[in-house]
Amino acid sequence: MYKIVKKEVLNPTVTLMEVEAPFVAKKAKAGQFIILIVDEGGERIPLTVAGTDEKRGTVEIIFQVVGATTLKLNHKEVGDKLYAFVGPLGEPTKMDGINRVCVIGGGVGCAIALPISRGFKAHGSHVTSIVGFRNKDLVILEKEFTAASDEFVMMSDDGSIGKKGVVTVGLEDLIKEGKQFDEVFAVGPIIMMKFVVQTCKKYNIPCVVSMNPLMIDGTGMCGCCRITVGGKTKFACVDGPDFDGYEVDFDEAMSRNTMYRDFERKAYDETCNLFKKEVK
Amino acid sequence: MPFNMRPTKNPMPSQEPNVRNKNFKEVALGYTEEMAIDEAKRCLNCRNKPCVAHCPVNIDIPAFIAKVAEGKFEEAYEVIAESSSLPAVCGRVCPQETQCEMKCTRGIKKGSEPVAIGRLERFVADYHNEHFKGEAKKVPSNGHKVAVIGSGPSGLTCAGDLAKKGYDVTIFEALHLAGGVLVYGIPEFRLPKTIVQKEVDGLKALGVKVETNMVIGKVITIDELQTEYGFEAIFVGSGAGLPRFMGIPGENLKGVYSANEFLTRTNLMKAYKTGADTPIEHAKKVAVIGGGNVAMDAARCAKRLGAEEVHIVYRRSEEELPARKEEVEHAKEEGIIFDLLNNPAEILENPETHLVSGLKVVKQQLGEPDASGRRRPEPIPGSDWVLDVDCVIIAIGTSPNPLIKNTTKGLETNAHGCIIAEEPTGKTSRDGVYAGGDAVTGAATVILAMGAGKNAAKAIDEYIQAKAK
Repeated sequence: MYKIVKKEVLNPTVTLMEVEAPFVAKKAKAGQFIILIVDEGGERIPLTVAGTDEKRGTVEIIFQVVGATTLKLNHKEVGDKLYAFVGPLGEPTKMDGINRVCVIGGGVGCAIALPISRGFKAHGSHVTSIVGFRNKDLVILEKEFTAASDEFVMMSDDGSIGKKGVVTVGLEDLIKEGKQFDEVFAVGPIIMMKFVVQTCKKYNIPCVVSMNPLMIDGTGMCGCCRITVGGKTKFACVDGPDFDGYEVDFDEAMSRNTMYRDFERKAYDETCNLFKKEVK
Repeated sequence: MPFNMRPTKNPMPSQEPNVRNKNFKEVALGYTEEMAIDEAKRCLNCRNKPCVAHCPVNIDIPAFIAKVAEGKFEEAYEVIAESSSLPAVCGRVCPQETQCEMKCTRGIKKGSEPVAIGRLERFVADYHNEHFKGEAKKVPSNGHKVAVIGSGPSGLTCAGDLAKKGYDVTIFEALHLAGGVLVYGIPEFRLPKTIVQKEVDGLKALGVKVETNMVIGKVITIDELQTEYGFEAIFVGSGAGLPRFMGIPGENLKGVYSANEFLTRTNLMKAYKTGADTPIEHAKKVAVIGGGNVAMDAARCAKRLGAEEVHIVYRRSEEELPARKEEVEHAKEEGIIFDLLNNPAEILENPETHLVSGLKVVKQQLGEPDASGRRRPEPIPGSDWVLDVDCVIIAIGTSPNPLIKNTTKGLETNAHGCIIAEEPTGKTSRDGVYAGGDAVTGAATVILAMGAGKNAAKAIDEYIQAKAK
């Protein structure tokens, strides 16, 4: 069992947790993920490692409440234990030879982008981070990003914070100012990553994306997380989650992620009702 | 004691096909004591014992059957336990027809069936599990540490044998439950998970530690197990878990599963139960591609999940089906449709929903035998047709998981990614590292994996004892 030692609400639907998992804490690198099960019999869900503290033997995760399982997770408090917590899974993000990087995070994808920015910073790269949110109420990790970046750009769809516009507007502005990047690293909604890649293509900048498909075991066993990269089938859990954005079939990935949407919605509603009853 | 000279086996009491294809409870119900004794009396206790030679772990079959005939079921269990650590499992999933029962003296004469060795083994194991209340005999520790990677049949066997010799054994399992393919792959209706749990609990009672949620290669490498954690020997039984796909158009559509994914969702994650957190598609019409045991398991699960029609699509003929005859028979009884001599060409898409709308197949005819010795299927030109399905499950085989291979320097593997291990010891190219089961052979059977685990345990014991001197 894996004890929750810290819980912090980042915004109304995004939560940070620190979980005791000393073996994972010792090994996890930026870009890798874990799979957890909240309670016995529950679903396995993948979450990116947001940070580690080897001394304390803990791993940070940041999640958005989107379905029944994340809702149940969000109801756990400090001192509660998770049934399973396995990792680190996937390949770490490649950083060698990248001196100037632009890390782009969209929405809760920022939780994945932050350790990437931190990782590049620790690696000695010049880090520009661009983060985008729908509005100022949804902003997370601003302070952390500022600390982890040489340059930090905040975008919001409605202009209520930072610059108005989507992340690709922010990226294009920087490029037009004459900023040079060896690589753009994008993580967030698939549609956002697709457009970041299109922008990068326009300016001929290599672009790596971190994919977040449905997953079960996370060790290459089930093939549920398969995506098409350069015409070939790849497993995000063992071959990724980072892939060359120029080669990823985003439309297919978007479609595959909707496979259980009806089930998920129903499960979420049922879980909501369950918790509401408990409150009463 | 008079022999029972009836030429046929006692039939296995089973759930009715039209009842069982709607539930996940075990299909075969097991012999009663009377049936077991009656069946045991069919064994002639012949001198040359062909059954023993054809058992991968060489159980003294006539000896245990003689005990059953006398009604001494617990003693029968002790005979089996000398050679096998998972009798309740093997009695259910071993392909006895190609092993112990194949050369049984009683089955030689035409029209005569061999002794039902598998059913008797299962009976004895179930009897023991139900009645035995004693404690496992814990052997005093010899102070030597051994790590076992993977808790499938080879790992469980290896761990059990070493623990019985006094070794301090730790099993590392990547998933959250121990059992490997016995829990994620083989369905509940063929192998109830309580039985697997009992076997695992038995090992724990012997002092074996089971560490779940540990992906060796990722969280700890083989090298670290040897140096930092002080394991003197390691057995790798990580299985053949990587699903293969066909490379035909449409394979990544929604509604296309690897058999591993479909079975893992169903068995390990219990998606068949109402209220389960893990979803699965409850398709109306399902095509399962492949003809092995895994294909049969997937088809029968799909039927139980409520499919009106389930098709097995296989490119050769019935004769070449790699699945056990019993599994094929069970599938047919349950209403699975066999579309043999058909090879899938494309999975068709409903352009609005991006879901599967059909499976385009090409009819085949059998030509000359190929490298596998089976007649090669050849397409009949212009014979393609569309099978109307909304879900496709691909069960054409698996490859060994590369996580350990990729993170262990000097561990040699072959072109298929299988770890190269010496016969019968399981010794690999790395000192102190042994391997067995599907990780070495590619997808094979539970009992072969057990045999490999057993042989490796013996070799590991000899290796450590020689070093200690």
